[in-house]
Amino acid sequence: MKLTVTLNGKKIQEEISPDLVLLDFVRAHGCHSVKRGCDTSNCGLCTVFLDGKPVLSCSVLAARAEGRRVDTLEGLQEEAAEFAAFIADQGAEQCGFCNPGFVMNALALFRENPRPTDQEILTYLAGNLCRCSGYEGQLRGIRAFLEWKEGGGRA
Amino acid sequence: MKYVNHPVRKKDAMSLLLGKPVFMDDLARPDCLIVKVLRSPHANALVEEIKTEAAKKVPGIEAIYTWEDVPQNRFTMAGQTYPEASPYDRLILDRHVRYVGDPVAIVAGENEKAVDRALKIIKVRYQVLEPVLDFRAAKDNAILVHPEDNWKALCQVGADNKRNLCASDVSGEGDVEAVLADCDVVIDETYHTLANQQAMMETFRTECYLDTYGRLNIFSSTQIVFHVRRIISNALGIPKSKIRVSKPRIGGGFGAKQTVVAEVFPAFVTWKTGKPSKMIFSREESQIASSPRHEMEMHVRLGANRDGKIRAIDLYTLSNTGAYGEHGPTTVGLSGHKSIPLYGSLEAHRFAYDVVYTNVMSAGAYRGYGATQGIFAVESAVNQLAMKLAMDPVELREKNMVREGQIMPAYYNEPANSCALDRCMARCSQLMNWKEKYPCRDMGNGKVRSVGVAMAMQGSGISGVDVGSATIRLSEDGLYNLTVGSGDMGTGSDTILAQMAADCLDCDVEDIMVFSADTDISPYDSGSYASSTTYITGKAVEKACGKLKEQILMKAAEALALPAEELEFSGKAVTHPASGRQISLAELATKFMCGNNSSFQVTESNSSPVSPPPFMVGMVEIELDKATGQVDIIDYKAVVDCGTPVNPNLARVQTEGGIVQGIGMALYENIQYTEKGRLKNNSFMQYKLPTRLDMGRLQVEFESSYEPTGPFGAKSIGEIVINTPSPAIAHAIANATGIWFRELPITSEKIAMALLEKEQ
Amino acid sequence: MLTIKNYVRAESLEEAYELNQKKSSRVIGGMLWMRLSNFNIQTAIDLSGLGLDTIEESPEEFSIGAMVTLRQLEEHQGLGAYTQGALGESLRHIVGVQFRNLATVGGSIWGRFGFSDVLTMFLALDTWVELYQGGLMPLEEFARRRADRDILVRLILKKRPARCCYVSHRNTRTDFPVLAVSAVCLEGQYQVAVGARPGRAVLLRDQEKILEGGAAQGAEDFGRYAADRIPVGSNMRAQAEYRRHLCRVLTERAVREL
Repeated sequence: MKLTVTLNGKKIQEEISPDLVLLDFVRAHGCHSVKRGCDTSNCGLCTVFLDGKPVLSCSVLAARAEGRRVDTLEGLQEEAAEFAAFIADQGAEQCGFCNPGFVMNALALFRENPRPTDQEILTYLAGNLCRCSGYEGQLRGIRAFLEWKEGGGRA
Repeated sequence: MKYVNHPVRKKDAMSLLLGKPVFMDDLARPDCLIVKVLRSPHANALVEEIKTEAAKKVPGIEAIYTWEDVPQNRFTMAGQTYPEASPYDRLILDRHVRYVGDPVAIVAGENEKAVDRALKIIKVRYQVLEPVLDFRAAKDNAILVHPEDNWKALCQVGADNKRNLCASDVSGEGDVEAVLADCDVVIDETYHTLANQQAMMETFRTECYLDTYGRLNIFSSTQIVFHVRRIISNALGIPKSKIRVSKPRIGGGFGAKQTVVAEVFPAFVTWKTGKPSKMIFSREESQIASSPRHEMEMHVRLGANRDGKIRAIDLYTLSNTGAYGEHGPTTVGLSGHKSIPLYGSLEAHRFAYDVVYTNVMSAGAYRGYGATQGIFAVESAVNQLAMKLAMDPVELREKNMVREGQIMPAYYNEPANSCALDRCMARCSQLMNWKEKYPCRDMGNGKVRSVGVAMAMQGSGISGVDVGSATIRLSEDGLYNLTVGSGDMGTGSDTILAQMAADCLDCDVEDIMVFSADTDISPYDSGSYASSTTYITGKAVEKACGKLKEQILMKAAEALALPAEELEFSGKAVTHPASGRQISLAELATKFMCGNNSSFQVTESNSSPVSPPPFMVGMVEIELDKATGQVDIIDYKAVVDCGTPVNPNLARVQTEGGIVQGIGMALYENIQYTEKGRLKNNSFMQYKLPTRLDMGRLQVEFESSYEPTGPFGAKSIGEIVINTPSPAIAHAIANATGIWFRELPITSEKIAMALLEKEQ
Repeated sequence: MLTIKNYVRAESLEEAYELNQKKSSRVIGGMLWMRLSNFNIQTAIDLSGLGLDTIEESPEEFSIGAMVTLRQLEEHQGLGAYTQGALGESLRHIVGVQFRNLATVGGSIWGRFGFSDVLTMFLALDTWVELYQGGLMPLEEFARRRADRDILVRLILKKRPARCCYVSHRNTRTDFPVLAVSAVCLEGQYQVAVGARPGRAVLLRDQEKILEGGAAQGAEDFGRYAADRIPVGSNMRAQAEYRRHLCRVLTERAVREL
């Protein structure tokens, strides 16, 4: 079947198999940031934005993205880099395999709720598993980023 | 020090955070054959007949291999230094399948759909045999997991395949029975821990291809490139010279990738077909057919006087290695060697063990490597002793803990040259406000808040075995290439080694370009495991940099026509203080790229006769709901002595990550088998890792000793950090309920049902 | 592995219904459960284009389209107010935000899954299911039925004055429940739905008038009553005995909050 989507701002038209999932579609288009961590929609590694909302791309048929906008970390590098630097300053990236999904969902959180409490942060990101960091450093990084933002976002 | 003991940002941090293509499957060739294996549905069976003709006809299928197609020499998949302690009990494919998930056939095809289709239509007729599923009944069972005659053990570890024994030993000092008989109090209990999964986010995966020279290139997510080369050579029966192994970034390992889990299959396919291939484990395969922690049952007898002096420890560990023996003989050792020595003035100790084969998934190496299990048992027993003596468990430990300068008889008689365990305990008590919080506080709403404590130790590399090496080269512009064979698996070891090099060479850390790891390029390193990289490879970096500095001075002397002993190296330049003459490093490096006869490059190796233990204290505060049994972690405080923390940020995050894995082991991560031996926890839906809502708040500090044999006084950090949660949480639960739980995980169900029983 | 031959974005409910009469067809919801199956689907029917992704509130009822996501439900202020936050509580444990942005009300209810928080929550309220062919039917009745080839169009939640409380016990915070209890006092009538027994949620009414004298007074007895009446079983997450105990404890707690 034919699919038309806007991937990271670029319109793509392509013949696809109806059972292709969005994760495999975006990886085939060079969006290697999107990772598969489980097969059961439990880990959050494959998070992308579908019309601006964070979703698990492992569980979305590519066919369902017809006419919609798909954004991956590849398309959000600047916005992400600003935030990611604060995680890097905690050393909380560790192996990095869960990072793209985590960064994507954190960006979604900041867009929805620019001043989240700790509890709101933890709740919003609960679907992003990380086996390395123990999460605490991620929280420190997020808090530092939000404080920096609050202070006008200057060094 | 400008970099050591400073929180330097990881060199690869931004690439990782921004999702750059740095992992194996981001970099694999697009034309790789897809490799998958057909797995046995039976725990113990013989393949009587296997029909692959129809499957081979599926369009796109390149090859299908069965046990008849593979070499018949047994090998081990354990990534250990040769001669491996793990028995040679594997074939690439064996006619005798020994657990549910054991590979029966390898399928390679052009795309995943074709391979899946072929897997479905391979027909196998099995002779189903009765399995040995209870590890307590495995030793000397009539059913043998490895009845074959070509099974072989390279080392004397007490292994005997005709008894289902993978290893067996007894060691000790003093007359344990006599001392125990003389003790006022003896705690005599049995503890049980499960085969937890490392569950790193990136599953096992490998790409293989033949290079220009027809050599087999293995590009794998592995902690052990050099061991992979040997293991593949053994498995395929081809010379090591035909094999090159390298690694990209690794999406987590925790020991899982210290075993060759995925590599042999695509290696075999590529070697046979000449075509590139890759194998990506599904999460289910990673859960059911990999290399988890060894399930252990530990019987502890702990003797003490009424005044709290701990006099003897007797430990017997029964370890379940599963269907194959990877890391079986070695993990079990740590259950005693890294728990008993926490107590410094024992009059006697004994440590005995059996490691048995059963028909479940083979175990492997998981962070803590047996120490985690042993420490759960011994520390729980010590906590129970404190309750029995009505002593504060912190005071009881202060009375008995190992101190700096003591010889540790249960730790190969090594001296505790660097040990701040006492300071860790003091500081952690402060952070937790222990005196006020111990043992518990009724919250009046059916909930109890309580605290628990545990100590831990580990090693730093394997003494007399592990080898780390570093090559450092002065390059153009006065920059350095640092090449190592250790595998940064996310820990940040590449950066840590660069920090050390930068301080040795008095340059910016940005001026050190690190490369790891490739068997063709890197100097030999046994690999990143056994908490070795900082301590073992770090020392090699220190040595190599020292030698390179000498070379720099010599060359500068030559260039300046001045005696080397009158020159000083300042990092950016070599100067002659007497005359004020100098030559910059960049100039020197460039100059010697023309008409030069000797290299600006040093390779040094390092091994250590000792394995200095890091030490740690962990304290937890929980809130327990007495009606539902729900345990909420409120706070986890940890104070670690890892010697000099080379990078305090990375050391802290290692600690936090280890604690949360430990919390998972203590409370959530359950391993359940069906009666027929099928593992039920085959996904993240059914194997529950802690989320960020399940771990409370963590606080980590360091109380540093200085390890004289380590680089910059450093010891290890990677593994010790998983060891305290299980005993500390079990202790807190006992303080809240009066009930000791000796089997992990301690689920809310177990707690609630035990409380109900207690009420009746 | 799930395979799909054809994908059809239905242009009308009628078309969807017609397509769905074939055994090899499947209506797809959020895909979160179906993707774990080994179905060989001839025609996957997507209802995304039928405007079923909205929640409409009138003075009498909420009309919740089958394609409304769990996240929409969770964030809906009217529903939050009507259920005094209980609906949000029933949803926020479900895996994560990204998951709830996909999972649909229709998928959750149609599947009649034992573990379903959504079914447990709505079952205790005055909820109706609108089926394309079958018309309106109380959720309680629908929940007892087997899946057929009809199409779930929307949920109708009647806004009868209600007090609600949702409690659940989970092994980890985002896991399926070990047991879930939705307690409701609907115009003076007390009832609880118990889910993750681990079987499909069932409804228990206060037929013995245990709570007539007030929720706080009768909560303990009602907890015991529920534990006696609600059948429970064992699965990987817990044994029946613990579930029976939890049924008593959680029912008592939830009722006490009313």
